[in-house]
Amino acid sequence: MRVFMLGWEFPPFISGGLGTACHGLTKAMSGLGIEVTFVVPKAVNSDSSTHVKMLSPLQCQAPKACSVSKSYEEQVEEKFSNVSFRHIPSALEAYTTPEYYKHKIEDILTLRSKQTITEEGIDPAIEHWLHETNPVVPTEEHYSSDMYCEIHRYAAYAVRLAIQEDFDVIHAHDWMTYPAGIAVSSVTGKPLVIHVHSTEFDRSGEHVNQMIYDIERRGMHAAQKIIAVSHLTRNIIISRYGILGEKVEVVYNGVEQNGENRALAFNRVGIRSDEKIVLFLGRITMQKGPEYFLMAARKVLEEDENVKFVIAGTGDMMHRIIEMAAQMGIGHKVLFTGFLHGKDVQKVYEMADLYVMPSVSEPFGIAPLEALNHDVPVLISKQSGVAEVLTHVLKVDFWDVNEMANKILAVLKYPPLQLTLREHGNFEVRRLRWEGAAEKCRDIYQAVL
Amino acid sequence: MPSVCFYFQVHQPFRLRHYTVFEESPRYFDEFKNASICRKVANKCYLPSNRLLLDVIRRFEGRFKISYSITGVVLEQFKKYCPEVMSTFDALAQTGCVEFIGETYYHSLSFLYSSDEFVAQINKHSELIQQLYGQTPRVFRNTELIYSNELAETVEKMDRFDAIITEGADHILGHRNSNFVYRPPNCKRLKLLLKNYSLSDDIAFRFSNPDWKEYPLTADKFAHWVNRANGNGQCINLFMDYETFGEHQWEDTGIFSFMSHLPEEVLKHPDNSFMTPTEVIDTYDAVDVVDVPRVISWADTERDLSAWLGNAMQSNALHEIYKFEDTIKQTQNEELLADWRRLQTSDHFYYMCTKYFADGDVHKYFNPYESPYDSYINFMNVLGNLRQQCEQSLLGDNKKTLCKTS
Repeated sequence: MRVFMLGWEFPPFISGGLGTACHGLTKAMSGLGIEVTFVVPKAVNSDSSTHVKMLSPLQCQAPKACSVSKSYEEQVEEKFSNVSFRHIPSALEAYTTPEYYKHKIEDILTLRSKQTITEEGIDPAIEHWLHETNPVVPTEEHYSSDMYCEIHRYAAYAVRLAIQEDFDVIHAHDWMTYPAGIAVSSVTGKPLVIHVHSTEFDRSGEHVNQMIYDIERRGMHAAQKIIAVSHLTRNIIISRYGILGEKVEVVYNGVEQNGENRALAFNRVGIRSDEKIVLFLGRITMQKGPEYFLMAARKVLEEDENVKFVIAGTGDMMHRIIEMAAQMGIGHKVLFTGFLHGKDVQKVYEMADLYVMPSVSEPFGIAPLEALNHDVPVLISKQSGVAEVLTHVLKVDFWDVNEMANKILAVLKYPPLQLTLREHGNFEVRRLRWEGAAEKCRDIYQAVL
Repeated sequence: MPSVCFYFQVHQPFRLRHYTVFEESPRYFDEFKNASICRKVANKCYLPSNRLLLDVIRRFEGRFKISYSITGVVLEQFKKYCPEVMSTFDALAQTGCVEFIGETYYHSLSFLYSSDEFVAQINKHSELIQQLYGQTPRVFRNTELIYSNELAETVEKMDRFDAIITEGADHILGHRNSNFVYRPPNCKRLKLLLKNYSLSDDIAFRFSNPDWKEYPLTADKFAHWVNRANGNGQCINLFMDYETFGEHQWEDTGIFSFMSHLPEEVLKHPDNSFMTPTEVIDTYDAVDVVDVPRVISWADTERDLSAWLGNAMQSNALHEIYKFEDTIKQTQNEELLADWRRLQTSDHFYYMCTKYFADGDVHKYFNPYESPYDSYINFMNVLGNLRQQCEQSLLGDNKKTLCKTS
């Protein structure tokens, strides 16, 4: 089985759960003997060439700016024997704001002007289309049109790559890769499976971006099968995008087991200070509900002063949230760490007494699994897909800040609760493996072949 | 020869209302939920079952007999929320064919933590039964049939019970079966009546299970199984939750018609009879000693305490509640004492069980909470407030005495 997989982020270049999911899934697929060609639209720095280039996992770490530990590289080499990576010089990055995106695309455009693409053996019609989809300098007002042509440029490169590759099925992750998936599918005639990690309704509530919605809808209708990360997401796909239920399968995410974590978790016993730590780890955006976290924090602090609230992550609501904490008079109790990488994530989990995910709408939510994997008890919103698979966690409606505070305080006040949640939770999370998800994906591929 | 001995357990806990750590009100129980559940179960089970059994008893003119163990907490609720249930139990009591069994008033696990409290609750229950039905219980059953040698010794010392009812667990019986009267070691007076769990569960759990090879269970088939004990047993102890009839097994499963036909099928065999527990122990001598050094119960397949004491939350909650027994008794405040005792009802700890939580089975069906964690949080918040009320009450008393002395 060979899979042509279209993604948009991959560790260590990630900004959210999608990269983690792609990492875990492809690794598990590799273990099942499925060959995966992974195409990533990654904004490359100056020393990378702009034409499409085949990169090995080690080569794909190229950008200097990022520090990648040796152990990670070794791990990649060993576990991803069946996965190869293709990078496309694109400004696409997951979760960017329009402004950021515009900035990025300008960088790339300057790079592109210096070089010409030299490729051979491409169908003239496609070649023509590739020319057509060459990026144009963005006009000032319409960022969405930039996004649109950017996605098509990615699609064009994906097609160019695809005709050189041999594969059985196309697997596209989230909306930015759907047009590429459709294009590759129509050029090669191979079946398309799309994987919905998130929908526009999760990210933007009712204020959906029509362009993105249209792309999502087209992708869902063009696909032979749709993989949803939860029943919550499956229901949105059916009710909001007009898809027949029989076409949509639920495949829950997994979590990667890391032997290191447990040893470290044991180390922390006995060395903790008397101050309790409640952790929010995720993008600081509307979707993740950071303001509900703050409102609950205020209520907690009214009862117990000896608590610190750590907000790890960045996002477009960061400044508002910092201001909000200050206005509430709890600024000194709320710490902002910015975006955390690798070891720092591990460290913050080790410090935490409780992990809270107050998401307003969370298609799945891998972070709670990672928290449990790090022996941290979790409190998640009922409006999350992961609530469907976890039983040994605390659950609360995201808007019910009173109950959220009640449960946070209970974990801090009653050690047996923390103990029981941790013991059972860690046991439960060990059953949620990527291998299971990969097997389900394989079954779905077989169904469309 | 075998005498069929029915005992039905009647119980409903006082369920707690949603109680956050921010609450200050000393009202802990969910009146609305308790009233509606009580009425619902009354209509589905207690009333139709009582009427049916009353009818059967009258029809057989003294040849059909049953016994009940009704907790104090459910009687309080009947009185409050559906008094008609009280009158049907009263009618049953008047037939002379119904025995009432003694237990802890609050359906508590007090035996494991405080023998003072255990004895006090048994006495309170017996007084209520005497007052309502004119009988002083002579047979005792502990909450969830929790039992050990030690419990037998404690009950023997009370000097007013003749027998204890418990589970006929395989590991305490060994090669023996439950169809005889036994006795505990180190006890002179007490006898033991052991539940025939196989036949009891055929009615209580398997009755409506279409995958069971004996499905459907008919009265004559069951009577045939009873007859098989001829020559190898004196009594067949069928102990089960009364809610089996109409609530666990719904009316459309045919459970009521089964019960209505069972007596005549059993009595077709001239050697068979129905007896109350007291009649059984008055008729038959104990054949052997059953040694139970470790605590048993009738719950789950483990027949142990793990449903109430299986995780850190449960043991913490239980320890916390019994830890302030002295303080609460010092206040001499009847309301606080009653609330404290209502919190001892075993159901509160059962809700905290994480054993089968993920699989979602029988434990979940009876659980008013979404998760065992929610129930622990709620319970601990209530307990925290009760402790505060206690302290305030004692502080107030101190002030009063100070005022008086000055």
